[in-house]
Amino acid sequence: MSELTQLGVQAIRDGVAGGTFTAREVAEACNAAVADAATLNAFIVTTPDHALAAADQVDADRAAGRPLGLMAGVPIGMKDLFATRGVQTTAASHILEGFTPQYESTVSQRLWDAGAGMLGKLNLDQFAMGSSNETSHFGDVVSPWRRSGSTAGLTPGGSSGGSSAAVAARLAPAATGTDTGGSIRQPAALTGICGIKPTYGRCSRWGIVAFASSLDQAGPMARNVTDCALMLQAMGGFDPKDSTSLDLPVPDWSGALDANLAGKRVGIPREYRMDGTDAAILKAWDDGIGWLKDAGAEVVDISLPHTEYALPAYYIIAPAEASSNLARYDGVRYGLRDLPQGANLQDMYAATRAAGFGDEVKRRILIGTYVLSAGYYDAYYTQAMKVRALVARDFAEAWDKCDVILAPTAPTAAFALGEKLSDPLAMYLGDVFSVPASLAGLPAMSVPAGLDGAGLPLGLQLIGRPLDEQGVLNAALAIEQRAGFTAQPDRWW
Amino acid sequence: MSVDKATVAKIASLARLRMDDAALDRMVPELNQILGFVEQLGQVDVTGVEPMTAVIAQSLRLRDDVVDADPLTGGGVRDAVLANAPAAEHGFFGVPKVIE
Repeated sequence: MSELTQLGVQAIRDGVAGGTFTAREVAEACNAAVADAATLNAFIVTTPDHALAAADQVDADRAAGRPLGLMAGVPIGMKDLFATRGVQTTAASHILEGFTPQYESTVSQRLWDAGAGMLGKLNLDQFAMGSSNETSHFGDVVSPWRRSGSTAGLTPGGSSGGSSAAVAARLAPAATGTDTGGSIRQPAALTGICGIKPTYGRCSRWGIVAFASSLDQAGPMARNVTDCALMLQAMGGFDPKDSTSLDLPVPDWSGALDANLAGKRVGIPREYRMDGTDAAILKAWDDGIGWLKDAGAEVVDISLPHTEYALPAYYIIAPAEASSNLARYDGVRYGLRDLPQGANLQDMYAATRAAGFGDEVKRRILIGTYVLSAGYYDAYYTQAMKVRALVARDFAEAWDKCDVILAPTAPTAAFALGEKLSDPLAMYLGDVFSVPASLAGLPAMSVPAGLDGAGLPLGLQLIGRPLDEQGVLNAALAIEQRAGFTAQPDRWW
Repeated sequence: MSVDKATVAKIASLARLRMDDAALDRMVPELNQILGFVEQLGQVDVTGVEPMTAVIAQSLRLRDDVVDADPLTGGGVRDAVLANAPAAEHGFFGVPKVIE
């Protein structure tokens, strides 16, 4: 049944609906692939029974002639940042180890309602803070990809590194991700898969462990553009339980996919041609420009003058919001408690948080606390919020000249595990191309463009106007059809 | 601006993170490297720019004034609320003594 693990979301759904195979056969094949891939450490917990139960329900619905959902029979991986009722939810942290939610996140509930099942909870950077999946309390995720002729362990990207590794390794046809500064797009690029972060507010944040609330957005990660469109339709939609949820209908993105870009203008931001970007990435970018022209688009040069300031603004705003959001982990209501002998309440808070948070999380809490503290608030935090407004204004002005923007997703292909871990700032610089769209709340997607000289995948990023996921998906589809990306990692695990 | 060890100790105390001397010594240069990087924001002319608080203009909704309209976020779920507490006693969260 191993060929079933090669199928994507749409192929599985249509195969189940048409009776080519059963949902149970798909779930069993994926469960087996997950069980055989423990070496990758992509999952924190596996939930084979959840996948089987959902599959059996779909098979029973089909037999009874009941209507099937958008994701009927599709087993997926769930990033361990989404609260799942009765299944441990940790955000890859020690402080939430053993936490068993009594409720289900809106996004995961919508996926189950659409007929999907859960293979397990996927590893990630702790509290989604990281770009390499090396800050997890449960160990690094290892990419299924390796450089030609090498056995060195590579990063699957982060923070959605378990998601990207599982989808690239054909353990799951798709997985959920969340993106605060690039955590869907960068891991997708590094593992040769697709991932879209929708417009801020499309997907409910209710039941997602909060990192930086003004930036966090959920989105799908899958192996082709159509599958991403389908899954995003299942995930998105208005939720009164999230005060920033957009009260708008969910468009039929998959049904409206159209790779003919005649009449569309594609902007190429000149500020994204930065020193330190791999030559292979620049070549892929040029290829992408050619493909979009071939699809009928007009290519125009644009300027996003505040690009270089997006990253420093992000590394003030995101830690500031994180320091506030993570104040809830106090050893009282849920999660870890460290109560030294004779400790008072304040000592207990400090001991619990020292024991429960990893180094990167502590760094960001400290930075965030500092930039929000009296005397520094205006110099750092208010200034960053003003720069954020300028970054967003750059995009707003660019939409006068173009309909969608094409750029690299990340400045390099996958790097080795351990390579950047000792230098937090070097790790932050890897987010340079993904952070600006996050600050502006725009829909953005990564799509595979090809392989570099070492045989590692490279991604291209499409950024769209607010609410124009369709334009992003259409341009990504045009690239997908022309890039002919069929490479997948050789199985070594 | 850069931070010294005493400042980091103060921030750690505000953030309720217990840090020993070795941890503080390790953290000081790391924080200064990051603060040095974000310092460049000071070069940006932000005259007349309002701080951005929301990426999409939205007005705050009011829910209907109905008790437990949404059972998931309503009341009457004490046991579920306490289910993950490290110390729950008699229907309350347990904490160390706070009154001397």
